[in-house]
Amino acid sequence: MSKTVLKVEDVSMRFNLSSEKVDDLKDYVIKLIKRELNFQEFWALQNVSFELQKGDRLGILGFNGAGKSTLLKVIAGVLKPTQGKVTTQGKIVPLLELGAGFDKQYTGAENIYLYGAMLGYSKEFINEKYDEIVEFSELKDFIDVPVKNYSSGMRSRLGFSIATVVEPEILILDEVLSVGDEKFKKKSEAKIKSMFDKGVTVLFVSHNLKQVQDLCNKAILLEKGKIISQGSIEEVSEAYGEKLNR
Amino acid sequence: MNRVIKNFMKYRFLLVELVKKDIKLKYRKSVLGILWTLLEPILTTIVLYVVFSQLKSNEDNFAVYILTGRLLYTFFANSTKACVKSIRTNGSMIKKVYVPKYIYPLSSVLSNYITFLISLIVLVGTCAIFRLWPTKYILASIFPLVIILIMSFGFGLLLAAYAVFFRDLEYLWSVVLMMIMYASAIFYDVDKLIKGSKNAWVFRYNPLYAVIVNFRDAVYGRPIEKFYLAYSFLVAIVSLVLGIYVFYKKQDEFILNI
Repeated sequence: MSKTVLKVEDVSMRFNLSSEKVDDLKDYVIKLIKRELNFQEFWALQNVSFELQKGDRLGILGFNGAGKSTLLKVIAGVLKPTQGKVTTQGKIVPLLELGAGFDKQYTGAENIYLYGAMLGYSKEFINEKYDEIVEFSELKDFIDVPVKNYSSGMRSRLGFSIATVVEPEILILDEVLSVGDEKFKKKSEAKIKSMFDKGVTVLFVSHNLKQVQDLCNKAILLEKGKIISQGSIEEVSEAYGEKLNR
Repeated sequence: MNRVIKNFMKYRFLLVELVKKDIKLKYRKSVLGILWTLLEPILTTIVLYVVFSQLKSNEDNFAVYILTGRLLYTFFANSTKACVKSIRTNGSMIKKVYVPKYIYPLSSVLSNYITFLISLIVLVGTCAIFRLWPTKYILASIFPLVIILIMSFGFGLLLAAYAVFFRDLEYLWSVVLMMIMYASAIFYDVDKLIKGSKNAWVFRYNPLYAVIVNFRDAVYGRPIEKFYLAYSFLVAIVSLVLGIYVFYKKQDEFILNI
């Protein structure tokens, strides 16, 4: 029996969508007095539950607005669910919008430490892995240049190299990774493949059914925040196909 | 509690990195760099000295008088102003990776505290020039120095939490800071100006004024005033407790508003 690394129990997420955005005090007071502070409740996720064992690769399918990204954010710990509980074991590495946390005035080298610290690495760990990160990103000549002068490809290369230098237990992938040029893309795919071989647990969100089928062994299908189908990838993609053709 | 400490230990390296970043970036590309930490208080003190020496009181060493008040006030103003913006400026990161959020206001306060401590060198120099030598009472300066740190963090947490929801708090706070500045007697003597006036309570209950009085007494070699010490300590603790409470209650909603 393999061990459970991710447990999502009855998770619901409610958003209060105000009809107009109120983000300053003046508006707030005026609206309060005029009794116009209406909030519209919106459930982005409703009673979502599933479990993943070590080595499982879960595809999350669904149309726009089905709650896929919200689910990933809840699992990554960025959003706190309104109800329910998420328990994870081991290190989670989210590969979402690589390099978004960089400070633009900081050089590449400084950003390695800053971004690494945000991902929860220790100083010793980054010292030890520094060369590996620089080498993998192929940015040796630019490492002392401020990141604001990087191209977007260079930025995501650096982000990818920092994020994947650990051996995560859970890897979160949103859409396809398109990191840099063809050459680097191959390299990053190889890196992710090697993580798969080591038995990492994967959460993969995509609209592309074929990719999900290639990558995953399990899947869930979300619609309006609810799981409407869950199980092996074959079953779920059948259900997804039905939805598509309707 | 245990969990909070464990989490803090995990992210203490991030705290160090953020503090380092604040200080490094502040002076990057400026020719004189970190020297500005010293130069800025010297220059503004000279200006204030020239302008306000007309109001000079029986207080000796007016330059020291100005400098003690100004350094403490500037620290409080800069650190709380940085806190107001801290959640919003780090918004893109907060949306993507889990990090304990109090770390952003905390790093803002700490980086300002470090530059503040460096700028105390100017005070030491000024005291030496005016031959104001430290006495045993200088040891008591540790109280106002710690109290103002706690107070800034407490206010900073409150401001950081509410500024996410109300953007205009940033502007409102700079107005409040200006009021606090005038009510802190940085460049004039309270006794001379409003002695016996019915407005004297403004000073008595301004916690920042209390901290400044305690600090001045320590520098001038006078025994510490117990009322001001107790009062500023109380305000610091209350603001910290309130700040932590509000911040923890609101922090899960931050992401929906940035």
